[in-house]
Amino acid sequence: MSRFLIVLALLAASPPLLAQDLAIVGGTVHPVAGPPIEGATLLIRGGRIAAVGTDVAVPTGTQRIEAAGKVVTPGLFDPWSSLGLVEVDLVSPTRDEVMADDEDIVTAAFDPTLGLNPNSVLIPYARLGGLTTAATGPRGGLIAGQAAVIDLAGDTPAEMLAKPAAAMIAYLGEAGAGRSGGARGAAALRLREVLDDARFWRRNQAAYDRGESRELVESRLDLEALQPVLEGETPLLVQVHRASDILALLEIAREYGFRPVVVGGAEAWMVADELARTNTAVILKPLTSLPSSFERLGSRFDNATLLTRAGVPVAFSTFENHRAGYLAREAGNAVRFGLSWDAALRAITLEPAEIYRVQDRYGSLEPGKVANVVVWSADPFEISSRAETVLIRGRVVPEWSRQRALLERYRTLDGEPPAYD
Amino acid sequence: MNRFRLLAASLALASTFTAGCAAARSETRPGDDSARVSDSVATSRTLAGMANGAWESTYTPLPSEPTLIENATIMTAAGEEIESGDVLMENGKIAAVGTGLTAPAGAVVIDASGRFVTPGIIDTHSHLGVYPSPGVDAHSEGNEATDPTTPEVWAIHSVWPQDPGFTRALAGGVTALQILPGSANLIGGRGVTLKPIPGRSAQDMMFPGAPMGLKMACGENPKRVYDDEGPSTRMGNWAGYREAFIQAQKYRAEWDRWMEDGGEKPDRNLANETLAQVLRGEILVQNHCYRADDMVNMLNLAKEFGFEVRSFHHAVEAYKIRDYLARESVAASMWTDWWGFKMEAWDMVPQNIALVSEAGARAILHTDDDMEIQIMNQGVAHAMVAGRQAGLDVTRDEALRWITANPAWALGLADEIGTLEAGKNGDVVIWSGDPFSVYSHADQVFIDGAIVYDRLNGVRPVTDFEAGMLPPQPGVEPAAAGSGPTGGTGGGRP
Repeated sequence: MSRFLIVLALLAASPPLLAQDLAIVGGTVHPVAGPPIEGATLLIRGGRIAAVGTDVAVPTGTQRIEAAGKVVTPGLFDPWSSLGLVEVDLVSPTRDEVMADDEDIVTAAFDPTLGLNPNSVLIPYARLGGLTTAATGPRGGLIAGQAAVIDLAGDTPAEMLAKPAAAMIAYLGEAGAGRSGGARGAAALRLREVLDDARFWRRNQAAYDRGESRELVESRLDLEALQPVLEGETPLLVQVHRASDILALLEIAREYGFRPVVVGGAEAWMVADELARTNTAVILKPLTSLPSSFERLGSRFDNATLLTRAGVPVAFSTFENHRAGYLAREAGNAVRFGLSWDAALRAITLEPAEIYRVQDRYGSLEPGKVANVVVWSADPFEISSRAETVLIRGRVVPEWSRQRALLERYRTLDGEPPAYD
Repeated sequence: MNRFRLLAASLALASTFTAGCAAARSETRPGDDSARVSDSVATSRTLAGMANGAWESTYTPLPSEPTLIENATIMTAAGEEIESGDVLMENGKIAAVGTGLTAPAGAVVIDASGRFVTPGIIDTHSHLGVYPSPGVDAHSEGNEATDPTTPEVWAIHSVWPQDPGFTRALAGGVTALQILPGSANLIGGRGVTLKPIPGRSAQDMMFPGAPMGLKMACGENPKRVYDDEGPSTRMGNWAGYREAFIQAQKYRAEWDRWMEDGGEKPDRNLANETLAQVLRGEILVQNHCYRADDMVNMLNLAKEFGFEVRSFHHAVEAYKIRDYLARESVAASMWTDWWGFKMEAWDMVPQNIALVSEAGARAILHTDDDMEIQIMNQGVAHAMVAGRQAGLDVTRDEALRWITANPAWALGLADEIGTLEAGKNGDVVIWSGDPFSVYSHADQVFIDGAIVYDRLNGVRPVTDFEAGMLPPQPGVEPAAAGSGPTGGTGGGRP
């Protein structure tokens, strides 16, 4: 039996997400919520962090993971992905992240996690990079639908879900304009119209149900789905790049009282003060330096540095699904362009958790939080480092991937067709 | 955006980063292979002079002074890593590499203590200039998608020298790059090797004497683009290549006969002229090909018509046929782990480059991307680390060769660039730290001995496109060439 099959057998034998008690001992722990602790013990019970510190007693019989000389961080959290919804980009039956089309650009009710694939080949590969958690969400249209927070382990969509309907996804700028008739003003008009109707529907629900309401532009399901946004419960994540488009978003958010989050934000640094004043978070890709469109003329590598200096909450994404595991590389490059190391770690752990309002359970190593933890061979941002142990909900995730299975088939070429291994 | 449009956008994206390239040595250049062909026949009947010298490089090196870089870790890409070493450049060339070198009188001396020096980085696969920033429709110049077989087009004629991407690549330590046509076509046209320096015409950027390449593309892209007017299957693809080379053989024979016997001069045909030069070995075949079986078929095609494939590009399944590559002396230009955008990019392993290298074939990291070309030092470090973690014995020198010496060979420039050795061009990068670290910057970049980028002293090109596009921002330095106001110190990192 090959190693591959052994791993499969082990996987099958393990009860899903049943965590045993664990202690990670001796590493340098970066709790994110506080300063690093050298030689610390991280105690995990029932899938949650029970204690962290230098004076934590490890109960007898607890499984120990020796981490002396290693670095321990929260599992990395990608705030902008479609993991579990996309396999092969150009094979449309394997894609489940888009409902909107030319005729229907508002699909607020769309919850793509009903099509979430726990066996997505992308997920184990992302975990190799220390990713344990992701927002996975819809794309397209003016209002694409709802994103959820998932853990990157579990046998069913329900097991993976950490928080359903955690955010609404929308587009302004060139993308929003292009789908709304061509003009930026058209996108803003459509967005306001939908929000107006959602507000109207809430106030006139009984009349609507009796068929005595004025005509509303979107379906009941869409208008209902927008209520948590209008109530400020879930954020509206809006992909927007140009400085003036970001300001337009802030204005609409002020009018309707929703909590905006800027996604992309190539020129966010140019309106950093306004973002800081409104405490508006930005999800960006540090490895961005080119004026790749007219709305991104101000792209620069130190966007995160300038925003953080101004007091803007910043989170990072790779904006890729197949290479979502490169999140630590983004953080490392942000540090290369002046960001503090601690702020960079926060941008891929606690800040995403705060954006999605799951910071009570995710994003830092504190007692009571979900035990999503990575033990790194060294500095997690450094290319030579490796995520040696990845824990999701207190359970060590097998280091297995399709890529490894292929490697094993072709590790040697002895003339035999590898199919007969 | 509906599914169709999303798919179309993905397709466009996929064709952008899978586009192929090809360029051939100009038939007009005296002293090259085509001129050698003519040596044996009457001088009035030669291929040389065909285009009247119109498309030659007009590149002129920037002024340089003798320069000694001292006390650095010298990574030569020629087998050595020298601690506290020196590199001396004179007259645009590397004059000496070693320890304890003495600066000639009047030389610029750069103390590079604690820093690292490598050869300039070389990318075999780029679409800068033909798919420039901003990526608007009017700038879509890489695929002549009007016919599946277009060997007559030359990428140099599409290159926009004001693409800001050139300045960013330079800031990442890139000193030479091959610009290829896209991969929509079976035969996409000629590619050209450039230096990423400012020029008023693309000819000002052309690497003098570099052979051109021929971009060919296997697989999904060409069979997807043409609906009823072109191939729709892989077997259709192969029929298309063969038909084109049959015509080229005929054309070459007509010209050979004319050179031998005289008579009426045959008509020129641009498409066949390119392919005839491939058959003569003057243009290097650069073949976009993902799947192992496609690559084996391309080697069969090359055998049928008597040409050589210089490098496969993308080659996601190169690891499956690495013994073929070593045996046939074909290079493979690969990503570390780009995958999943289409079926033929499904069987990625991040050890692809390391496995090909271990087999003794020429392994190359290429980018096909305007961001990744800015961090090829990081990309190659990822490929090295992936190999080592799987137990492959990859040396630092070997990994560095994946972005220097090996791409130089694939571009036909191994005698001029790719290593730090006396006599090579003065294409040199000084790194702020270990180039395999995520935290390291290219501090200074030299091309032909001249400093063309200096992060520390504000020497950085700005393209016309970016000049004056945004009002100055108080308190923030301009970010041209991708440099930030501070080098990251990485304060507080473990």
